[in-house]
Amino acid sequence: MRYLAAENPLLPTTIELIFGAVAFFIVFGLLGKVLLPRIQKTLEERTDAIEGGLQRADEAQEQAKELLEQYRAQLAEARHEAARLREEAREQGAHIIAEMREQASAEARRLVDAAHAQIDADRAQALQTLRAEVGALAVDLAGRVVGESLADEARQRRIVDRFLAELEQQAGSAAR
Amino acid sequence: MSDSLVTVARTCTPLNSHLGNGCGYPAPSLENFTFKPIFTIGSFAFTKPMLLALASTLVVIIFFWVAFAKPKLVPRGVQNIGELGVLFVRDQILRPFLGKKGDGYLPFLVSLFFFIWIMNIWEIIPVAQFPVPARISFAWILVAMVWITYMALGIVKQGPLKFLKNMAIPGEVPWWIMPLLVPVELASNILLRPFTLGVRLFANMFAGHLLLLVFYSATWYLAGIGIGAVYAAGSFVMVLIVTGFELLIQFLQAFIFTSLTATYIAGSLEGAH
Repeated sequence: MRYLAAENPLLPTTIELIFGAVAFFIVFGLLGKVLLPRIQKTLEERTDAIEGGLQRADEAQEQAKELLEQYRAQLAEARHEAARLREEAREQGAHIIAEMREQASAEARRLVDAAHAQIDADRAQALQTLRAEVGALAVDLAGRVVGESLADEARQRRIVDRFLAELEQQAGSAAR
Repeated sequence: MSDSLVTVARTCTPLNSHLGNGCGYPAPSLENFTFKPIFTIGSFAFTKPMLLALASTLVVIIFFWVAFAKPKLVPRGVQNIGELGVLFVRDQILRPFLGKKGDGYLPFLVSLFFFIWIMNIWEIIPVAQFPVPARISFAWILVAMVWITYMALGIVKQGPLKFLKNMAIPGEVPWWIMPLLVPVELASNILLRPFTLGVRLFANMFAGHLLLLVFYSATWYLAGIGIGAVYAAGSFVMVLIVTGFELLIQFLQAFIFTSLTATYIAGSLEGAH
């Protein structure tokens, strides 16, 4: 190929400027108006899709977490309930034992009281009987000793009673 | 050309010049950047760089059409590569300078990046073998669009006066430096920015093409029987190395051009340096 005579390489030629402009504007027009908007839209949709997926995953995880929380709560409640029942049973048991013990001791007390009362009664009766018999015996004995019967029954009794009262008084002050 | 071959006095061309046949090394020159028209309609001459510019358009739009015409939520095949490209521009060029609110400028930056990159890549594609921006018109027209974009954005978003002030005064400076600073800043922001933007792209592609031409034509010139073959082989190795290097430069220049565009737009939107 033969070349033409050299031109100044720094100076543009009109026709090349026009060609360059047309060539660039075809590229710019088609890319700017048609192709790049399409791909940008696609890229946005992809971002949306990925973000949507992530969001769905997040939601699923959230639900799983909620469910887990729920199960944990139920489990804790069940444990709590069991503990409560156990506690209640123990309390009841303790209560029953205490009641039984109370009853037993009351019964024992009652028996002891009854025995005491019986003993007191027996003693009082014995005392009563003894007092009469001691009086009679003493009088009898004294009669025999002095040789005469202490005639007056009433006087007899008064003397014996006074004597016994003295005895009791002496016993009381001695005990004091 | 066949006419010149049968003449006794040989005419030297890059094709028939070889070591030892009387023709010198056909050093590449500016002539290599001026093309004979493929066809002409009246005064209109259609040349190879124009063809390659249109081919770049086709490559870019066909690629993105295949990738994004029916985009799938789960990407397959070409859509993956297309998304990789768009996201590269978005995350490596747009977002660092403009942030998320600058996503509206993505089509402009993506178009710039891929259009420039493909135009550059023709440099190492067999048969094409010419980086389109090595014709400076193709760099200037893109620069013009960038310039109009950031100037217009500045005027619309900041208001003409505030924009001019921000263009002239970079932040807090002592008053006595103003006479020096204001002209420099204005020239830098309004004239030098587009100039360097365009020349950087053009000069890199121009130099790269020249470098490749040097080693290509040296390989061809030295090829033959004898000691020249060794040099030819060495030169060919250089062709391979420079080709790899240019592959990097092509990408880098598209990246730099687009990144600077993003910073200029960011400057116009925010008004602070």
